[in-house]
Amino acid sequence: MITLLEARAVSKRFGGLKALTEVSLTINKGEVYGLIGPNGAGKTTFFNVLTGAYTPEEGEFVFNGSELPLGKPDRIVNRGIARTFQNIRLFREMTALENVMAGHHIRTKTGLLGVLLQTRHTREEEKLTTERAYELLKYVGIEKHARTLSRNLSYGDQRRLEIARALATEPRLLALDEPAAGMNATETVQLRNLIETIRGDGTTVLLIEHDVKLVMGLCDRVAVLDFGKKIAEDVPAEVQRNPAVIEAYLGGAHHAA
Amino acid sequence: MNDISQAIPFLGKRNPKAALFALVVIALVSPVVAAMFGNTWVRILNFAMLYILLSIGLNLVVGFAGLLDLGYIAFYAVGAYTWAFLASPHFGLHLPFWIVLPLGAGFAALAGIALGFPTLRLRGDYLAIVTLGFGEIVRIFMNNLTHPVNITNGPQGIDQIDGMSLFGLDLNRGLQITEGFQVKSLFLYYYVFLAFVVLAVILVKRIQVSRIGRAWAAIRDDELAAKAIGINTRNLKLLAFAMGATFGGVSGGLFGAFQGFVSPESFTLMESIAILTMIVFGGMGNLAGVIVGALALSFLPEVLRYIALPVQMAIFGKVFLDPEVLRMLLLSLAMILMMLLKPAGLVPAQSRYSKADLLGDKEIAQ
Amino acid sequence: MQTLLQQIINGLVVGSVYAVVALGYTMVYGILGLINFAHGDVLMVGALVAYTAITFFQAAIPGLSPIVYFALGLMVAMPACMVIGYTIERTAYRRLRNAPRLAPLITAIGVSFLLQTLAMIIWGRNYHSFPQLIQTAPIEVVTGVFMTPVQMTTVGLSAAMMVGLVLLVTRTNMGRAMRATAENHRVASLMGVDTNGIIALTFIIGSALAAVAGVMIASNYGVAHYSMGFMPGLKAFTAAVLGGIGNLAGAMVGGIVLGLVEAIGAGYIETWSGGWLNSSYQDIFAFIILGIVLIFRPTGLLGERVADRA
Repeated sequence: MITLLEARAVSKRFGGLKALTEVSLTINKGEVYGLIGPNGAGKTTFFNVLTGAYTPEEGEFVFNGSELPLGKPDRIVNRGIARTFQNIRLFREMTALENVMAGHHIRTKTGLLGVLLQTRHTREEEKLTTERAYELLKYVGIEKHARTLSRNLSYGDQRRLEIARALATEPRLLALDEPAAGMNATETVQLRNLIETIRGDGTTVLLIEHDVKLVMGLCDRVAVLDFGKKIAEDVPAEVQRNPAVIEAYLGGAHHAA
Repeated sequence: MNDISQAIPFLGKRNPKAALFALVVIALVSPVVAAMFGNTWVRILNFAMLYILLSIGLNLVVGFAGLLDLGYIAFYAVGAYTWAFLASPHFGLHLPFWIVLPLGAGFAALAGIALGFPTLRLRGDYLAIVTLGFGEIVRIFMNNLTHPVNITNGPQGIDQIDGMSLFGLDLNRGLQITEGFQVKSLFLYYYVFLAFVVLAVILVKRIQVSRIGRAWAAIRDDELAAKAIGINTRNLKLLAFAMGATFGGVSGGLFGAFQGFVSPESFTLMESIAILTMIVFGGMGNLAGVIVGALALSFLPEVLRYIALPVQMAIFGKVFLDPEVLRMLLLSLAMILMMLLKPAGLVPAQSRYSKADLLGDKEIAQ
Repeated sequence: MQTLLQQIINGLVVGSVYAVVALGYTMVYGILGLINFAHGDVLMVGALVAYTAITFFQAAIPGLSPIVYFALGLMVAMPACMVIGYTIERTAYRRLRNAPRLAPLITAIGVSFLLQTLAMIIWGRNYHSFPQLIQTAPIEVVTGVFMTPVQMTTVGLSAAMMVGLVLLVTRTNMGRAMRATAENHRVASLMGVDTNGIIALTFIIGSALAAVAGVMIASNYGVAHYSMGFMPGLKAFTAAVLGGIGNLAGAMVGGIVLGLVEAIGAGYIETWSGGWLNSSYQDIFAFIILGIVLIFRPTGLLGERVADRA
């Protein structure tokens, strides 16, 4: 097992509220790693801290052998972590193809001068970006909508497009924030297959999900957060038997009822 | 050029080649047509070309990158005053245009960066208000920087500014082709301005369909998502700001040379708003729309001036709405009504940020 | 020392007007997240309506005490501005509540210029001399330091408006509904708050405050004209940002601080800059402050709201 990402005692506070308390976890190369927990457990906060949307007060991330810059989304993407959003965030005035092309931004180099002069390098890079974007649309299965404005796509296709856009940044770790939210059964199965394919092609996946069934069926290992603390980290079968996890979920259900 | 010619009604989509041809012909003969109604209309046409340039520049900032700049005219002022300082008797300097114009553009770009830097981390509305304030500061300085050293000559402005000289041809003198036939100065300026507009369109088109254009559109559509795909939003916004300012600076230089006179009066907030309205009117973000908007709102007030005044005289025997009021009324109503009723603008063409033909046969026919 | 004291008094007077106008910006921003660019022009309309009303009453019912004319002017200007504020919200902003980010901003600018244009059509381009109904002869408050009755009225009226507003927002049901709407529209409306009504009310109250501010400005300077709202509007916005936009106390503190900085700055700028700059540069202080605040403390002096909402 080669470690890809290691979170070391990461803490994040909002005012007086401790959203994350010394969360440490390890994601191995090539696995699908699930992060679950009741509502408000800190899953999305962990996600935002990892991808640089928030800066943690304490702790650090070691990614692929070196420390991650904290709170610098663009540099984190550059290091190879890409994300999607719980409430889909696409570029609405761009087509599906262009959304994915935008995702390739960080892997291209053309500067202003190159663009203005349309040098050969610029044109080649543009062609490459276009082709790659199309390949990625095909990969997630929505290439026939390449020229559709992203806001006109169906919900399920928007989810796939967001994944394609994230893949365009050529990540080592793909972080998906509740990708199955709002999907029907068929779409969920397709999503599951897509994630399997992505893993098969060598990209590590971090998955936050509410759908416990999906997580348990798909993930190699799972961590459980409750009130901002990690209460378990193991293979799915073990986690399901863990009394603290059962308590957290039943307790949560009890409060909700 | 193609998507501009395609915006021509009826012809554009059906016969793109004919449309392009028509566009070129119209662009070339319009000063001749305008001259039939008098030289005033050629002047108006020339100013319309400057407004097109300004609108294209502001559109980079507002339409592409989604940053509302309300002090855009200040960059125009920087360009114009640079020309006035370096090519007029005011300081006794008479540098050639190929030095002055890039300098003006450069100063404007620097001003753009200096202004953008503190505000670009913040929400768009703050940028709007800071740029508004910046426009006013520049105007205050233009009006008051007269002592102890007279730099701007205050509200009187600077006159006797050198015209443009291209390859030994003084644009202010006109071009003597044969004994009896002379191309007038006004016409020469028109064709020079036209060349700048064409160049601007080509360059902006190239930026739009590039990783830079896509990054701008991404920031405009969803800044958080843009960051999440690794776009350095701050640098790219600064680039948009600086590019827009550069266009303003160049247009300002051209304005100074053409007008031969600059004063703070030409750079009021009203002008910033006018340019913004042109963009909104035609269709924010798409080049054809921006050009149509700039042309329409340059000419409409002038046409109104020639229609509305006599009509008012005939009916009421006196003028209630003078031309300046009419222009303000037209612009403010255009801005509000377009936003409420037709936010995509008059020419709601879609802007594209990729080239279709690059996929070749990869794309399955649909 | 006396010069300084005098500038402080001048600053307090101007600052209290900024504070009243800033309240209007901050209330609308707090509830809608919108910079109401037209707010400064509502102030201008207030001044010009008061001008017309006062002139009318002076001709129609001569011989009354100047204070009565002044009060009549206010009583006409305030409802007029309230109607305008309501109309703007109802016809322009309400439709754009869910539109893309730039649309309401651009519309607000359009409304601002439309108001100026209409004022130009109705009242012309000229400066109108505003009736000086309150004494302008300076009274010596401390040795060598003067204050005119109109300045005193300005400070007094502004203070009264601010206290009134704070009581309204913190002590009444209506105020609670306003705070709830500012917190979260959807939840507030689920709790039975008529959020549309509350938003309209916010505009109406803000406009009434602006009307008073407009009359005060015109009384202090003795003139009223169609573009008089622009600068005070811009500065009041700066004051709102300085104090922390969306925060009522912040708007008041910001207004006063800005007024003081401006007055003291204008008094000393010539000495400081070695004669390069003079009091005609007074207006740049507001923008310099705005820039500094945005760079170093974008949430303002008292603000907690994060300015960088995505």
